[in-house]
Amino acid sequence: MIHQYKNNGYNIVLDVNSGSVHVVDDLVYDLIAIYEDTPREECVEKLSASYKKEDVLEAIKEVEELKDAGCLFTEDIYEDYITDFKKRPTVVKALCLHIAHDCNLACRYCFAEEGEYHGRRAMMSYEVGRKALDFLIAHSGNRHNLEVDFFGGEPLMNFDVVRRLVAYGREQEKIHDKRFRFTLTTNGVLLSPEIEAFLNKEMANVVLSVDGRREVHDFMRPFRGGKGSYDLIMPKFVHLAESRGQKDYYVRGTFTHYNKDFAADVLSLADMGFKQISVEPVVAPESEDYAITEADLPEIMEEYDKLAREMVKRKKEGKDFNFFHFMIDLSGGPCVAKRLSGCGSGTEYLAVTPWGDLYPCHQFVGEEEYCMGNVDEGVVRTDIRDEFKTCNVYAKEKCKKCFARFYCSGGCAANAYHFTGDITGAYEIGCEMMRKRVECAIMIKAAEADAREGVDEK
Amino acid sequence: MKHIKSLNTRSLKNSMVKGGCGECQTSCQSACKTSCTVGNQSCENNK
Repeated sequence: MIHQYKNNGYNIVLDVNSGSVHVVDDLVYDLIAIYEDTPREECVEKLSASYKKEDVLEAIKEVEELKDAGCLFTEDIYEDYITDFKKRPTVVKALCLHIAHDCNLACRYCFAEEGEYHGRRAMMSYEVGRKALDFLIAHSGNRHNLEVDFFGGEPLMNFDVVRRLVAYGREQEKIHDKRFRFTLTTNGVLLSPEIEAFLNKEMANVVLSVDGRREVHDFMRPFRGGKGSYDLIMPKFVHLAESRGQKDYYVRGTFTHYNKDFAADVLSLADMGFKQISVEPVVAPESEDYAITEADLPEIMEEYDKLAREMVKRKKEGKDFNFFHFMIDLSGGPCVAKRLSGCGSGTEYLAVTPWGDLYPCHQFVGEEEYCMGNVDEGVVRTDIRDEFKTCNVYAKEKCKKCFARFYCSGGCAANAYHFTGDITGAYEIGCEMMRKRVECAIMIKAAEADAREGVDEK
Repeated sequence: MKHIKSLNTRSLKNSMVKGGCGECQTSCQSACKTSCTVGNQSCENNK
């Protein structure tokens, strides 16, 4: 399977099943479009109308060479492999701890509904958190790296429990020969110099929620009284990012129908000095006024292109930054098993509520029918686990024909469930944006390769 | 090559041999929490 497209002056050919990427001239671009369904002589005849015959013959030779090397027109040979892979006994390696079902902000788009997840306000007790860590260690098999994310609501509203759980984890990892990677997501309201020092010592990654420009942020992320939160949190985030050496963190924003010009928000964060930036589309039903709809997509696509072009420019000027959704590793990156088997929700990744109930992931919390068990008894609804276990790219009809399947892994099961009622469905709007991001990410790599070789900017 | 510049000549199929160790980061533990982006995760095999 081939995906070919033009972006920012580049003709890009992605050989989907091998992961090879080629930048080609117009002749090869036209040749590849007809190559598979057209006999060679006919290809020569058709293309000779626009290009010199000797060039056409040369181009065919180059294409054939790459085909023979397994870098063009490769077949998808992975379905049985992934199906067998997913049948293996599962271990749990990552937990999202809902340390606080409460929040000190009232963000309009919050899927946790001001932290409460359709339920009541609650804080996770140390006792429940400790049992969650014990559960993780006991079910992690041979996995060495274990991940625990402190999530909410706003986790810093329950900071003392976070601190005690990290201490417990550090003690247990020595006993069981594991390594805990703790991460924490915060809105910054309660961030203090003491907490910053703790996060820098203990957290492998911190996610700092901020939407970009002040007016955009304050509109969507107000306090309960309506006042904006930007001026309170921004100086603290700037300080935290610097104190971490501009790595191992993300400033993480959400864009909505109200700021389809989100490239300006990304750049606003970059202009504040942040180097690790993620600004992502809101996921919300169409009934919400801020939801992204199909009609918004053309503008959003253009915005991704604009951002990608600006990032190429800034890199040349030495003002580069990472944009999470444009990060792509063309020569390394995850193995095919990881790429095609999904995010691990419901199997190796579980969410834990303040009461100790287990859910397939943070986005299923509050959907009672998806409660899988609890930290005392473990996973008792193995039928739910098995449903998620069989969920992979090949279980999803729409993914089978999509060029982006090796980059999104079949997409988010929760989004699929919320939009189609089925975890093997597809959230189409999300898919469209994902495809665009992959295209932009590859274009940036093409531009970087040019820059390395001293080729003039396109 | 005159007409084609390859940015990589990888083959994902090579990763079938040693892949699937599961030590890499779960995608939702990095930044997203609302999408599924695995293409940018790092491989931790052989580390």
